[in-house]
Amino acid sequence: MSVAIAGAAECDLGKTGKTVLELQTQAVTRALADAGLTLADVDGIATNGISRFSATQIADYLGIQPFWCDSTFEGGAVFEMYVARAAQAIAAGQCSTVVISYASNQRSARSRNLTGVYTEGTPEASWEEPFRPLYPISYYAMVAQRYLHVHGLRRADLAGVAVAARARAQRNPAAWTYGKGPLTVDDVLAAELISSPLGALDCCLVTDGGGAIVMTSLDRARDLPREPVTVLGYGEKLTHTSMTSAADLLRTGAIDTGQRAFARAGLRPSEIDVVQLYDSFTISVPLGLEALGFAAPGEGLGVTVPHNTTGGGLAYCHPGQFGVLLLVEAVRQLRGECGERQVPGAATALVHGTGGILSSHATLILGVDRR
Amino acid sequence: MIVIQKCLACDRWQHPGRPICLTCGDAENLGDAPVTGNGNVDSFTVVHRAAAPYIVARIRLVEGPIVLGHLADNPEPRCDQPVRFVHRDPLPVWIPGHHHPPSTRSR
Ligand SMILES: [Zn+2]
Repeated sequence: MSVAIAGAAECDLGKTGKTVLELQTQAVTRALADAGLTLADVDGIATNGISRFSATQIADYLGIQPFWCDSTFEGGAVFEMYVARAAQAIAAGQCSTVVISYASNQRSARSRNLTGVYTEGTPEASWEEPFRPLYPISYYAMVAQRYLHVHGLRRADLAGVAVAARARAQRNPAAWTYGKGPLTVDDVLAAELISSPLGALDCCLVTDGGGAIVMTSLDRARDLPREPVTVLGYGEKLTHTSMTSAADLLRTGAIDTGQRAFARAGLRPSEIDVVQLYDSFTISVPLGLEALGFAAPGEGLGVTVPHNTTGGGLAYCHPGQFGVLLLVEAVRQLRGECGERQVPGAATALVHGTGGILSSHATLILGVDRR
Repeated sequence: MIVIQKCLACDRWQHPGRPICLTCGDAENLGDAPVTGNGNVDSFTVVHRAAAPYIVARIRLVEGPIVLGHLADNPEPRCDQPVRFVHRDPLPVWIPGHHHPPSTRSR
């Protein structure tokens, strides 16, 4: 049985003054309204980041008693993982309508913590924490340093990623930096260095925000108001949690997740119309696009495939785990709803989520069931 | 002296230490053994969000494993730079250049 995404929505973004559960409620109810469904239709829930029992918490809050849930916690990649699991659960008949949602109020709550949380008894608490790397920035910084070294590039080259993200956000009224004008390479280079070579403008935003998508069978989605977005392929991989595990900082799990997703979808990178890639830091964009097959190693900064059309985590919104908003934008692009930032005729989308310190990866390939 | 876990069954080093060898699966012949204290900077970052900036690096030991540490006495750190382990208070550091000849004793 084929499975589809029938609804998608953002909650309020930016600095909202709302609680996580209020934002989650907005995301879920807006996505259901978009799908032409109600809470009474929902029998599956996937979410995290609310409390110890996140799925139960949101289910209780919304008055739902679902037959299926997932609260896997693997950072920003997990929303793409939820899509694969929900597709399997719907195809297997365990549930019929799943809502995948996430929200954070980290800007309003001032809850972002740069030093991370080391758990006593883990190797990282003994062998990493004493040296005080910032988490996750210092890991991405070491990846960036290695990337620049191996490919003979400079900080200014990476800065172009932030400049491009800001430019794209000027076509997205929902973006945090919308209307704030362009950024220059010099602006990025002049920003406060956080963990070299990454400065403040190489890092994703800290905002409130979130979103939700609604999944159901393709047959059912065809009777609903929106063009169904079909799940064509997926792949996921966990590679490490320690900063010293990766033998090669530049070979990430995205290489395998991309290959698995493309194989399942029967597509190649040249057949993808638009990419939504988790841009936690500037380095994430070229590295990710290379790993996914859109550019050769070292050439990701010159990639031409349309990507991160919202402005991404660098310029649109970054509520801690950005993966759910990658899904929302991919759905909107495939339905042709994106106005000034629409990629004309987009019929295939690749979504790639990343969690932790490039620790977890998940790739999805989506299509659209045109009426 | 710096020690790293070694599996005597397959003669491979691993870090951090674990109760099983990830190469051969042996759990009976693991122990800490001294290494040369020589390595190369795989990558590094200067942490500026601090009272005094410091350099965190991934150091690839010549024996193979990668460890996290601080670089010191190093005005121009770079990837692939040879470094050696020395004791400092309160934390050991890695300074430019290898021990010559490689020795299991650090100065
Ligand atoms: Zn062994």
